[in-house]
Amino acid sequence: MHNTKSIFFKELKSFFNSPMAYIFLVIFAVVNGYFFVNTFFLFGQSDMRSLFSVVPLVYLFFIPAVSMGLIAREKNIGTIEIIDTLPLQTYEFVVGKFLAALSLILLGLLATSVHLITLFSVGTNIDYGSVMSGYLGLALVGGVYASVGTFASSVTDNQVVAFIIGVFLVLVFFLMDWMLVFIPTALAGIIQYLSVDYHLSNISRGVIDTRNLIYFFSVIGFFLFTTVQTLEARKWR
Amino acid sequence: MIKVTDLSKKYAEVQAVNSINFEIPGGQIVGFLGANGAGKTTTLKMITGYLVPTSGTVEVDDLNILIHPREIQKRIGYLPELNPLYSEMMVHDYLSFIADIRGIRGKEFKSALHRITDQCGLKGVVHRPIGECSKGYKQRIGLAAAMIHDPDILILDEPVTGLDPNQIVEIRELIKNLGKEKLVLMSSHILQEIQATVDRIIIINEGVIVADGTNEELMSNFMGNVLLTMETNLSTDDTIKELTEVLPDVLMKSLEAIPNGHKIHLEYSRETDPREKIYRYAVDKNWVILSMTPHTANLEDIFRNLTVKEENDA
Repeated sequence: MHNTKSIFFKELKSFFNSPMAYIFLVIFAVVNGYFFVNTFFLFGQSDMRSLFSVVPLVYLFFIPAVSMGLIAREKNIGTIEIIDTLPLQTYEFVVGKFLAALSLILLGLLATSVHLITLFSVGTNIDYGSVMSGYLGLALVGGVYASVGTFASSVTDNQVVAFIIGVFLVLVFFLMDWMLVFIPTALAGIIQYLSVDYHLSNISRGVIDTRNLIYFFSVIGFFLFTTVQTLEARKWR
Repeated sequence: MIKVTDLSKKYAEVQAVNSINFEIPGGQIVGFLGANGAGKTTTLKMITGYLVPTSGTVEVDDLNILIHPREIQKRIGYLPELNPLYSEMMVHDYLSFIADIRGIRGKEFKSALHRITDQCGLKGVVHRPIGECSKGYKQRIGLAAAMIHDPDILILDEPVTGLDPNQIVEIRELIKNLGKEKLVLMSSHILQEIQATVDRIIIINEGVIVADGTNEELMSNFMGNVLLTMETNLSTDDTIKELTEVLPDVLMKSLEAIPNGHKIHLEYSRETDPREKIYRYAVDKNWVILSMTPHTANLEDIFRNLTVKEENDA
């Protein structure tokens, strides 16, 4: 636990010691803000739906970009050897890295809450519950994508390759729901259950069902587990 | 104590390390010597738990690396080859990060930091980003990180590579001091780097240990004959030829004529030292000896002999 914390803070610091964190936060806020403001006044609806539908799209490229360096960079500059020879469990390292990326993403989400002020000041009959659950859904999707990105970063020592693999895997999860029409009905149920969009829309509607939560946490767990295995396997080369 | 038994490592096609054995007691500085690609780094990586051996065992203080990797890693300080560092981190933050994982925090870290900056001469750079430090400082930062928890065992993979001569001397002194109470295993592909520092040398070539012993032991085991170069005046071809008949232990290697005399290259085995006899013979024949220089093979020659491939091997 303590080691996870050390890795977490080290990583978070390195985000903020490089332009990475600032560029991410600013562009994330600008892009989301643009799409939100663009449609918010047009539709005249007192909800955050326009924001909640654009953030998952922005995630597709931003999260793989945030997470691409997590492990690939350690491999590239060789510091992974120092990490691997410290009295540290691999899972502590992976979880620390994942949580650092997730924190940056959550910080980005937090920045979008300025739009809440707009909503609260001009909106009427605001459904606070759905706003809250919408944010919860976005946080969970951020977690899933961050775990995917962490995994992508562990399979290569090249950050660009990690980014491409990350975007590809995240797209698969994102597009699954859209592909249902092409899939035999027997499989459709499974594919739908695996798709991020399906669970996100459930939660965004304001229904926080344990089935959805289990989905998110198990996908995160799966990718972090796979990351640990990928790293452990290197020792047996 | 490090004990390596029948240790082997095979990468896909390459047998990097082939069934090596050695044991290093505490308080010894050992140089691990070999050409590039001889298997040094692979061996060190297996001892530190970074790589799993294909076969054989590594034991540190009677603990097996496969069963107790964390326990062993707590006792070892390791400086990997090429000294990887986070260039964007402050020196202080980096050392604090490593110390934190090693369970050194708060007051304990402060005193450890004080000790280590003193020992490694890092005073001036503690609050600088690592990336802005010179190569010599970086090497010392790597060493400081390896030693922050004051380990009993230090494993240094090519600790002085790329440093200038003054820095090499400094690091050498540091390692020598450390070796008074710690086990130090350092690798190098350059003999002089190691010769001056270590108590014992292990030479590895193509994954096999070809020599293991102190400086002196290696010298006496592997040193061949002594070459003697003499410059003489007034020597005649006849008297020179007679020399080897009078002294059968001495072998004539070659003979050059120089103005008024000769340059004679002789060879004799190390046990017999016929220099006095040669001198008396020369006096007897009225030669004037201008110089008499024995060349003993040095460790460098031994190292080259042991690690250079035979021509017909290639």
